[in-house]
Amino acid sequence: MSEQLKVPTMAELHAQGIVPEVLFWVGCAGSFDDRAKKITKALVKILHKANVKFAVLGAEESCTGDPAKRAGNEFLFQMQAITNIEVLNGYAVNKIVTACPHCFNTLKNEYPSLGGSYEVVHHTQFLKSLLEEKRLTIEGGKFKGKRITFHDPCYLGRANNIYEAPRDLISKLDGELVEMKNCRKKGLCCGAGGAQMFKDAEAGDKEINIERTEQAIEVKPEIIAAGCPFCNTMMTDGVKNKAEGQIEVMDVAELIANAQDL
Amino acid sequence: MTLLPNIIFGLILLSGIGFFVKNINKLRRNIKLGKSINIEEGSSKQRWANMARIALGQSKMVRRPISGILHIIVYVGFIVLNIEVLEIVIDGLFGTHRIFSSIGSLYGVLIGIFEVFALLVFVAVVVFWLRRNVLRIKRFMSSEMKGWPKLDGNLILYFELVLMALFIIMNATDTQFQSMNSGNIVSGVVAPWFEGLPIHAIERAAWWLHIVGILIFLNYLYYSKHLHILLAFPNTYYGRLAPNGQMDNLDSVTNEVKLMMDPDADPYALADEPADEPGKFGASDVFDLNRIQLLNAYTCTECGRCTSECPANQTGKKLSPRKIMMDTRDRLQEVGQIIDVNKGTFKADGKQLLGDYISNEELWACTSCNACVEACPISINPLSIILDMRRYLVMEQSAAPIELNTMMTNIENNGAPWPYNQMDRLNWNNE
Repeated sequence: MSEQLKVPTMAELHAQGIVPEVLFWVGCAGSFDDRAKKITKALVKILHKANVKFAVLGAEESCTGDPAKRAGNEFLFQMQAITNIEVLNGYAVNKIVTACPHCFNTLKNEYPSLGGSYEVVHHTQFLKSLLEEKRLTIEGGKFKGKRITFHDPCYLGRANNIYEAPRDLISKLDGELVEMKNCRKKGLCCGAGGAQMFKDAEAGDKEINIERTEQAIEVKPEIIAAGCPFCNTMMTDGVKNKAEGQIEVMDVAELIANAQDL
Repeated sequence: MTLLPNIIFGLILLSGIGFFVKNINKLRRNIKLGKSINIEEGSSKQRWANMARIALGQSKMVRRPISGILHIIVYVGFIVLNIEVLEIVIDGLFGTHRIFSSIGSLYGVLIGIFEVFALLVFVAVVVFWLRRNVLRIKRFMSSEMKGWPKLDGNLILYFELVLMALFIIMNATDTQFQSMNSGNIVSGVVAPWFEGLPIHAIERAAWWLHIVGILIFLNYLYYSKHLHILLAFPNTYYGRLAPNGQMDNLDSVTNEVKLMMDPDADPYALADEPADEPGKFGASDVFDLNRIQLLNAYTCTECGRCTSECPANQTGKKLSPRKIMMDTRDRLQEVGQIIDVNKGTFKADGKQLLGDYISNEELWACTSCNACVEACPISINPLSIILDMRRYLVMEQSAAPIELNTMMTNIENNGAPWPYNQMDRLNWNNE
C-alpha cells in the first residue's frame, strides 16, 4: 500500500499565503499507530471528497499532553500545551478537527485557560456538518442492512455530551444501528482512558475491553463502530479474543470512506 | 394545669436542636479545612436551576426506576410530614392539642395525606430493607459496605420505620381525632387494635416518642451517611458546570511552566523578592482537597451507583469510587476529632488519606471515564479526588507505575507517548 494522499501542512500553506478552513489534528495514535493510521487516511479521503481545504501540522504537531495529565503529570501536560498553543497561535488557527476524542477534549476544554482558544470539533461532528451543508453525501453502499453497534468513547460521550453525531452518520449508511445495553450516558469504557492505554491493568477478574466486547457481542453486530483510536485498539483486541473473524471494528470515518470505495 | 410538660418539651427541643447546630458548625469547620475554590464558571441562575432539578426534582434518581421511585416516596413523605412536626412542636411548647385542627375540614385532608404518605414510606422502607438484607443487591454487598456502613444503612431504615409507626399509632389512639372521623384513613384501620388498652397513655407515649425520635434522628445524621438529606442541596448547587471531561489546570504549575519556557525570564531577577513557596502539588490528605470535594464526601450516602457503573470495579479491580468518598469523609472526621481534642488545632497523627485510607492500586485502576460522576444522583465527583491524588503521586513522589514513566519520558523526548520521532509524524502518508 503506497497510495500517496495530498496532505498539505500548515507550513506549506502558510508559505503560499493560504489559510485553510480547518486544521486536522492527527494526534499521536493517528500518526504512529498502524491501525489508527488507516482512520487518518480515511478521514483525509473524505475531506478531499468534500473539497475541504485542510492542513495538518505534520512534524510541528506534538502530543496534546492528555495521557500525562490524566496520569497526574500536570507539568508535562502544561509544557506540551504551551508548546502546542504557540504553534497553533503562530498559524492563527481558528478551527480544529480531530479523530481522537482525547485530543478533542484536551484542545477544546483544557487549552483555553492556557491561552489557546479554538473551535474544536470531533470528526464525527465535522462530517455531520459537511453532510448538513450538502458538501458531503453518504451512501449505504456495502454496509446496507448490516448490523452496526456504536461504542461511545468516554471522552466524546460523557466527557463532552456528544452522543448523536456518530449515530446520525451511521444511520446514513442504511445499516441497522443496534445499541448495547450500556450506551450513551451509561456507555462502558473500553479500558484505555486515563493513561491506562500505556500500562497493564491492576489485578482483577477480567480486562475491561473483554467486558465491553462481550456487551457488544450480545447484540450480534457485524461491525462495532468506534470514534476513538484507543477504543478501536481495545475493541479490536477484545474481538480477537472473543469473536475473531466474525466482527469488524471500524471507525465511523472508515465506514463512510469504505462505503463509497474512497 | 402544670407547665412541667411544656418546660420539659422545650428543653428537649432546645437541646436536640442545639446539639445538632453544634455538630453542623463542626461540619462547616471541617469542610473549611479544604482549599477555597473559585466557582466563577456559569451563573448562579444555572446553579439554582441544577439544585432545583437534581436535588429538589430528583431528576437523576429515576434513572434507576425501582430505587428512584421508592426514594421519591420517602423523600416527599419526609417533606410533607414535616408540616405535622410543626404542629407537634407548637402543641408541645404551648400545651395545646392538635392546634391546626382549628382550620376545619382542611385539617382532615392534610392528616389524611400525611397518613397515606406515612404508610407509603413505611412500605418503601420495608422494600429498601429487603433489598439490602434479603435480595442482597450487589452494590450493597461490596467490601467497603461491611461492618458499620451496613449497620448504619439499616439503622436509618429502622428509625424511619419506627417514626412512621409512631405517627400512625399516635393518630390511632387519639380518641378526639378518631371521633372527628376525617383524615384517619390509615389510623382508623389501626385504631381497633388498641381497644381495651390504656389508650390515652399510649397516645401520649407515641406522641413523645415520635418527637424525641425525630430529634434523635436529626442528631444521628452527623454520625451517619445520611447527611445527604440536607447536603444534597448545597452539593448540587456547587456541582460542576464545566464539561465532565475538563480537568482543571493547576495555576501553580502554569506559573512555573511559563517561567521555564519564557526565553526572556531571568531566574535571578526574581531573587530580591522571593516567590511564595509553591504549595504541594496534588493531594495526599484532606487538607489538599478543595471544599467542594470535602462537601462531596459528607454528602455521599453510599448508594453505590458510582461503584456499580465503574468499569474498573465491574472487572474486579480494587477501585470503588464510593470507597474514595467514604475514605475522604472518614479521614476528614478523624482530622476533625483530633482538632476537637486539641482545642482547635490539628496535631499531625502520622496518618493521611493516601496510603492509610486509599491505596495507590485503587488510584491507578481508574480510567477517568466519568461513569461514576455521571451515575451520582447528587453531583458528587469521585474522579476529581482520584486525579488530584495521582498528581501527588507523580509530581511529589515520582511514584507512577513504571510503564507510565516510560510513556511520559517519550512525550518529553519526542512528543508522543511511544518512542517515535516527532519528525516522522507525517510518515503515515508515505506508507
